Amino acid sequence: MAAVQAAGTQQWTMVKALNEALRRSMDENPKTLVMGEDVGRLGGVFRVTDGLHKDFGESRVIDTPLAESGIVGTAIGLALRGYRPVVEIQFDGFVYPAFDQIVTQLAKMHARALGHIKLPITIRIPYAGGIGAVEHHSESHEAYFAHTAGLKVVSPSNPEDAYWMLRQSIASDDPVIFLEPKRRYWDKSKLDPAGTPSLGLHEARIARPGRDLTLIAYGPMVKLCLEAAAAAAEDGLNLEVVDLRSLSPWTSTPWPSRSSAPAGPWSCTRPRCSWAWARSWRRGSPSAASTRWRPRCCGWAATSPPTRRPGSRTPSCLTWTGCSTLSTAPWPSEGVRRPS
Amino acid sequence: MEEGDRTGCRQPRRPERPRSERDRQAQDGGAEGCPRRPRNPAESGPPDLVQLLTPQGERREHPDFSVEITPEEMRAIYRDLVLVRRFDAEATSLQRQGELGLWASLLGQEAAQVGSGRAMRPTDYAFPTYREHGVAWCKGVDPLNLLGMFRGVNHGGWDPNEKNFHLYTIVIGSQTLHATGYAMGITKDGSDDAVIAYFGDGASSQGDVSEAFTFASVYNAPVVFFCQNNQWAISEPTEKQTRVPLYQRASGFGFPGVRVDGNDVLACLAVTRWALERARNGEGPTLIEAFTYRMGAHTTSDDPTRYRVADELEAWRQKDPIERVKAYLVREGWADNEFLESVAAESEQLARRVREGVRTMPDPDPSSIFEHVYAEGHALVDEEREGYLAYAASFADAGTEGENA
Ligand SMILES: Cc1ncc(C[n+]2csc(CCOP(=O)(O)OP(=O)(O)O)c2C)c(N)n1
Ligand SMILES: [Mg+2]
Repeated sequence: MAAVQAAGTQQWTMVKALNEALRRSMDENPKTLVMGEDVGRLGGVFRVTDGLHKDFGESRVIDTPLAESGIVGTAIGLALRGYRPVVEIQFDGFVYPAFDQIVTQLAKMHARALGHIKLPITIRIPYAGGIGAVEHHSESHEAYFAHTAGLKVVSPSNPEDAYWMLRQSIASDDPVIFLEPKRRYWDKSKLDPAGTPSLGLHEARIARPGRDLTLIAYGPMVKLCLEAAAAAAEDGLNLEVVDLRSLSPWTSTPWPSRSSAPAGPWSCTRPRCSWAWARSWRRGSPSAASTRWRPRCCGWAATSPPTRRPGSRTPSCLTWTGCSTLSTAPWPSEGVRRPS
Repeated sequence: MEEGDRTGCRQPRRPERPRSERDRQAQDGGAEGCPRRPRNPAESGPPDLVQLLTPQGERREHPDFSVEITPEEMRAIYRDLVLVRRFDAEATSLQRQGELGLWASLLGQEAAQVGSGRAMRPTDYAFPTYREHGVAWCKGVDPLNLLGMFRGVNHGGWDPNEKNFHLYTIVIGSQTLHATGYAMGITKDGSDDAVIAYFGDGASSQGDVSEAFTFASVYNAPVVFFCQNNQWAISEPTEKQTRVPLYQRASGFGFPGVRVDGNDVLACLAVTRWALERARNGEGPTLIEAFTYRMGAHTTSDDPTRYRVADELEAWRQKDPIERVKAYLVREGWADNEFLESVAAESEQLARRVREGVRTMPDPDPSSIFEHVYAEGHALVDEEREGYLAYAASFADAGTEGENA
């Protein structure tokens, strides 16, 4: 049914990685469905579902009516009937008509039924800015979802994570909000699709070891932080970058405890202070919650709570002016250069 | 308009022609003297209402719908109706006694619910609102299960798949989409099961209901949309929701709509069976508008005397869904006093069981709220559960010491 699968290590864009993750999940489990607007013949506006309609047919790759509440609401019904729908919301700004179904119905139903039913639904949303799109196409609404009990919220920062995290999300028996950083859709990285994931869906990753300062980010901002760290290295500063990957839950800090830590230079990373990066607005954003980490890193206490650099409380950035100018927090002052 | 509502004056149910904005203002503004003819609910609605059993208990023929019924089946239906009404009354009393936080009574809607409920097979799935106690009964859900949510010991509280009866849904209209999605799944499975989505006249205004109609129509889903038009959405009459009879909405979506006498259990049975059969045969969705009346308050928190007049209630009392069945049974010689009394006695037994069941319902362990938030767990939930348990445990000593509050 499906096209012949590539073997060995691949160099894929995030779009390709997501597409392959969908394809393999559908191959593995005939109950897996893809549904959304234009996901069929067109392959989705970002082509993430490209070719799936052709290979799996319209009964499993469903072009839905243009009605987001309807899409999520019927996905819930399909899940109740034993299917595993993977829903695509076309753009971040169009999820709100489905917000009620997500927050009121999807998030709560398992608990309301005392655990008797499961809602294995993945909702994929291209989110955040950076591609010069018009309004409603560059929103960072992760905090709304991360705030809601019953939902899990994840966001990959690179193709390899995108591949494994989507497969893990689809395999999850809980509803997962899967936030795809659309500005990273065309970034490439190496991955072996036949291998095994190195991390659980909700485990954070140290994207770059370092000891002077830790930058904590997720999704689209991870790359920015890596660039900042590279720039800082030229100035003699050694920055650590943590990629949260999961916004709800965090199963652990990325710093292993002494007893379980594998040997390695990063096991004794002791950031003096840290920075939390997010594009959603300061209050209630995941960057606020990340301050909880401070007293808990393998018995170590940071000298100061993390400084947060969330987006400002404004409508999403104007494409013309760019986004980086709008953040309200100052850039790290300790000699960290702003990446150009 | 407000004035009109308070005095019970209502707009004509079906405007003869589309009214211009100016006409409408003239009418709505015409509070002085409340000039329009008050609706007379004793008129049995428009001529297209399907009725097989009159309020006097006489059988009627209908060109499109009929139902074969044995004396035994008729007695069973009577029993359903009586038991469901008795259960409902008991729940209302239990709320009054402080045993329940709230109750939404189905009084007056027994026929719509039992008729449609008995049309289903066990493998058919029902997606209810919060008032479908009669449907729950037909699906074999223990009435006590329904009370947990209203007592506040859980937020739902039963396994929907056990009897193919989904959880009560309070947020208006949402479940019509779940029903439609479920029905889409049935099609994919190649099964001939079908689904009924229950909702109210007020719900018909919700976007989710329109979206459900669209999805069901486009995917030809085996779902029956069963709208109980009980004339009221809390205090708002149907006129505030629609300018056309609700069943006519279906035609715009491309599937049939039928208006049935919702107080006539046989008509509801016949029409729902027909619609379910269509669904099974791959003919897609149907909208049934069961024309009925909410005899009680919206819920135990509501005071309907603020928005409707006693006359209206009285007129509908003449069309009671149970009395007509009883009259029919007696006229046909299918039921004697002994039978009627035995049903009454059984209903008292049920009430007693419910009363005792509610009073002895175990209090939930406060920590149970941490269970089932996720199917696969969540670190924060675990952490918070631990925190709560430690906090709770810190009172252990204080408890044995006694009075120090
Ligand atoms: C989305 C939403 N809005 C408002 C309410 C509050 N509410 C509860 S019942 C109700 C009226 C519903 O009327 P109808 O659909 O006719 O059903 P009925 O109660 O008459 O059975 C309202 C407004 C709600 N539960 N959900
Ligand atoms: Mg109503």
